[in-house]
Amino acid sequence: MEILVCVKRVPDTAENEIVVNSKGSDIERGDLVYSVNEWDNYAVEEAIQIRDNVGGTVTVVTVGDDESEEVLRREMAMGADKGILLSDDLFNGSDGKGIATILKAEIQKGKYDLIMTGALADDGAGQVGGMLAAMLDLPYASLVNKIKIVSDKMIRVGREIEGGNQEINEIDLPCVLSIQTGINEPRYVGIRGIRKVASVEIPVHKAGDLGLDGTVVGASAAKVKKVDYFVPSMGEGAEMLEGSTDEIVDKLIELLKAKGGIK
Amino acid sequence: MDFALSVDHEILRDSVRKFAEKEIQPVARELDKKEEFSYETMQKMAELGLFGVFVSEKYGGQEMDYLSYIIATEEIARVDGSHAATVAAENSLGIGPIYYFGNEAQKQKYLPRLCSGEALWGFGLTEANAGSDAANSKTSAVLDGDEWVINGSKIFITNASTKISAGVTVLCKTGTRSDGKPELSCILVETGTPGYEARVMHDKMMWRGSNTSSLFFEDCRVPKENLLGERGHGFHQMMKTLDGGRLSIGAMGLGGAQGCFEMALRYSKEREQFGKPIGKFQVNAFKLADMALEIECARLLLYKACWLRDNDMPFSKEAAMAKLHCSEVMRNCANHAVQLHGGYGLMQEFDVERFYRDQKLLEIGEGTSEVQRIVIARYIGAL
Repeated sequence: MEILVCVKRVPDTAENEIVVNSKGSDIERGDLVYSVNEWDNYAVEEAIQIRDNVGGTVTVVTVGDDESEEVLRREMAMGADKGILLSDDLFNGSDGKGIATILKAEIQKGKYDLIMTGALADDGAGQVGGMLAAMLDLPYASLVNKIKIVSDKMIRVGREIEGGNQEINEIDLPCVLSIQTGINEPRYVGIRGIRKVASVEIPVHKAGDLGLDGTVVGASAAKVKKVDYFVPSMGEGAEMLEGSTDEIVDKLIELLKAKGGIK
Repeated sequence: MDFALSVDHEILRDSVRKFAEKEIQPVARELDKKEEFSYETMQKMAELGLFGVFVSEKYGGQEMDYLSYIIATEEIARVDGSHAATVAAENSLGIGPIYYFGNEAQKQKYLPRLCSGEALWGFGLTEANAGSDAANSKTSAVLDGDEWVINGSKIFITNASTKISAGVTVLCKTGTRSDGKPELSCILVETGTPGYEARVMHDKMMWRGSNTSSLFFEDCRVPKENLLGERGHGFHQMMKTLDGGRLSIGAMGLGGAQGCFEMALRYSKEREQFGKPIGKFQVNAFKLADMALEIECARLLLYKACWLRDNDMPFSKEAAMAKLHCSEVMRNCANHAVQLHGGYGLMQEFDVERFYRDQKLLEIGEGTSEVQRIVIARYIGAL
């Protein structure tokens, strides 16, 4: 099975304290530690497991600058076979549709049975997977937390739906899936794996290679623009419990009982 | 000049950091409390590839550069000194001497099992009466036919008495040189050899989750070919081993200091007194600024020493400087971190308490801070 996983380099929210800049136009990016978007990492792990079970290759692709090569190498060290970097100044300022347009152009150059994205990115709006499927005219399942390969024509996917319920869908290949965290337990990147991929070339495809121009990608084509960033002011209804850990736990249990959370 | 780490080093740091935070951090306090070596985390560290980081793949290693090993050790030390001690001692002292000085048969025999983490190996240097004065070792080895007969004892030996310890490299006096000085040689002794016993040492102040042993040799006989490298090269081998080992102790100081700094910074933002976070008081903010400054300097020095080593340039002076400085930076950072935590910093419930204790070894092990100053003073021509 030929699997493509779309990944993104994002500020690592576990490592950084996110602060809005003074202009309110973006977050402070000076000292940020970046890593691969957590949802994407689950998608890559799932892809590796599928490949190990049924054969095939796993390709990871990202739209980004030179520094995004790091997340591709990381995922390759984890077990992906190939990486492709889609990078061009023209891509800067793309909205979700622009990113989906770039990915679509690359996907159409190859032949993939299964295309995966993370359900959303730490700094995104969770829209690329769905748009990409629509643009490619492929079936799509979102928030996927289970995959079972039935044949080379069809797979079964589980989706978590409201209230923690589970539904199972059959979906024809090729298709696009957006992957939810918790679908698996992503492996650590082994030290030897890092060296093994250190010398592997990662091709860089630019706008020209993909037949794209400023009318469809980048800031000039973006129809969704971020206009403000701010931390919402604290609303009513939040109650901070104070005291020792034991006291806090006791109070919390009392509250949950009183409000019907625990019976 | 280029201060940027390579992409591979960045990925390595990210990987080891996530591993350490998820697999080691949650169990470190309990292991320290119980003074227990964890075979479970040992196994996980081995799977990640933390043993034999700089060893050729031919012998089962990861074949990365020395800086990779140092970054990995630093990241483990950022969450726990004991686990970092297991990794640093095994790579620098267990694996290092066999890899650098062993013959092909010895490397083939021992390294694959050590690099896979199936087995651990110790380095027996220190004796009850030969610490800084290591050349004064009394443990002796006498050649009797085809066997070395070893008598004596060693103390404070890391990784030598776990259930998976496969043996030790022992520094022995094998004769007297023509200039009257002792002839020292390193000999490999496998666990289970009659006359050799490794006992766990308990009641440590620090590194309580790591394994420390005293070794006893009573007419312990090993084959002649267990000599490591050449006869009489023991002191030279030991010095070379300690040069590399100093970089890993430096990494433990740097990582530990980073851990202390992060805990202190977080706590200073959370803890409020007089109506504001304590970090907003200049007296505390300055402590944090000093910590950040010292860590930055320590990292530059340590990485430069690794860069020299990776580029086959002399690095002994810089290794001594990095070991000394990183240890002292962690001392300062642990001290500030506990101070910023106030009374809570004195309680085991807070990890800074453990870091404060774990730090002290770094100024003593693998050459005391005083010995480092002697080494540096000799290199600059002052002694």
